[in-house]
Amino acid sequence: MTHRRPHDWRVPPVILVPALVGLGLLLLPMAGLLWRAPWARFPDLLISESVVTALRLSVMTATAATALSLLGGVPLAWILARSRLPGLTVVRGLVTVPLVLPPVIGGVALLMAFGRRGVVGSWLDQLFGVSIPFTTVAVVLAQTFVAMPFLVVAVEGALRTADHRYDDIAATLGASPWLIFRRVTLPAVAPGILAGAVLCWARALGEFGATITFAGSFPGTTRTLPLEAYVAIGAGDIDTAVVLSVLMIGISVTILIALRGRWMRAT
Amino acid sequence: MRGTRSLLALVGMFVTLVLWSWLGAGTSDDGVRPRPGTSADSETASGSAPDDPAGPVTVLAAASLTESFEELATELTQKYPDLEIAFSFGPSSGLVEQALSGARADILATANRPTMDVAVRGGVVDGQAAVVARNTLVIVVPPGNPGDVTGLTDLGREDLRIALCEPQVPCGSASEALFAHHDVQPAADTLATDVKEALAFVTLGEADAALVYRSDAWAAGDAAHMIQVDGAREVTNEYLAALLADAPNRRAATAVMEEITGELGRTVLEDAGFLEP
Repeated sequence: MTHRRPHDWRVPPVILVPALVGLGLLLLPMAGLLWRAPWARFPDLLISESVVTALRLSVMTATAATALSLLGGVPLAWILARSRLPGLTVVRGLVTVPLVLPPVIGGVALLMAFGRRGVVGSWLDQLFGVSIPFTTVAVVLAQTFVAMPFLVVAVEGALRTADHRYDDIAATLGASPWLIFRRVTLPAVAPGILAGAVLCWARALGEFGATITFAGSFPGTTRTLPLEAYVAIGAGDIDTAVVLSVLMIGISVTILIALRGRWMRAT
Repeated sequence: MRGTRSLLALVGMFVTLVLWSWLGAGTSDDGVRPRPGTSADSETASGSAPDDPAGPVTVLAAASLTESFEELATELTQKYPDLEIAFSFGPSSGLVEQALSGARADILATANRPTMDVAVRGGVVDGQAAVVARNTLVIVVPPGNPGDVTGLTDLGREDLRIALCEPQVPCGSASEALFAHHDVQPAADTLATDVKEALAFVTLGEADAALVYRSDAWAAGDAAHMIQVDGAREVTNEYLAALLADAPNRRAATAVMEEITGELGRTVLEDAGFLEP
């Protein structure tokens, strides 16, 4: 607790007390994890087979989900921010539904769409013999479903605040819409896209509910870090669960610090 | 203007949800236990004696006991109107961890002996744990049996989607023992932490087969078709229940424990597909 300026001390108690309660509620669970962490066994557990397998799968799927989100999410954000198509308000509302939807429900919804008896899934199964649940593809789809809205919201915000007169000028100079998007719009909102992509990646990395419901849980194929932690708790292996939690908190904190320092201020 | 309307809509929805959850309770009643003191049955209502077990009793119970223990609670609250039984269902080892971390609960019921032993060694169990039932494994397949599963050997087929329990949880270690007993190498596509999770993939039609407890297959009714495994009774696991040392409502909890281990408990558990202890 360092206070550089004297007036920092003058926080009214009516504000300070509930603020400390709130802060405690947020920080105590994390402090509890650190306190409970089996530090002596920590390095061994970190390089244990199950943790490393889950970490590799998590990094791979979260990155794939972010790539997929960029591919679909940036153009979607452009349409939401710049076009005047009818019904955009409804589309914007629908795009943000996964932000508030319980992920387990998202998982059930994915099964209804891409499961073997789903609207699209039954068709894939009959025509190509392809079944998505229980595959790594299912993990990526689940993560994309839950994380892409974060990217769309961030990029749409960046596009709205960016000066679109540059785009107009480029258009009057004869540039094609694709050239303008690539050479003018994208560079202008690059920090926003980067921030959105990092948030999206972090959310994908932490995805649990939709994944376990839609993709199942098998080591190396679908069992990502949060699922591994859940399995460890179910198996009574609290040490591994705590180590995985500390690992994920470490990743999240690093991401938030990086975002705050480099891009959040820039946009 | 528009902002006011949105705010009104939000407030309206919130009030609707509150009223619905408040007034809806007790009217939609399929197997939900009656609220204490509102029993329509005059005989049971007047049967409330002063030394009957009363008050809240919290039971930490293995997920596979869900249906049978809820049924048991219905029977018990009809017998003792002042008794309120609350459950926390989950994987046995998770429940033991909760008990060890000081969860305010009266009774612990696990799906195997090793998990209960952890609780006993941790000093949170009062006295001896009692075996209340046994369970055995069966294969479940979706209605119509799309994978043409006939026995345990089919669970080694790579072309089928198979849901099994994680080897580290009781139903998974029982499955491993059964596979070893039959010399089958299982080809699992997902390893569920919870037997209900494995069963759900079958009832949803996403898995062609799963190995679950007989009682869970029983509870699934028509949603899943049961296939008995030869020699499955060689691999049974015991369900144990124990009073917790820090039980907040010891008197009522002791009475509930007696009912669980007694005639009523046995009947309800056997009706739910469990084997007798």
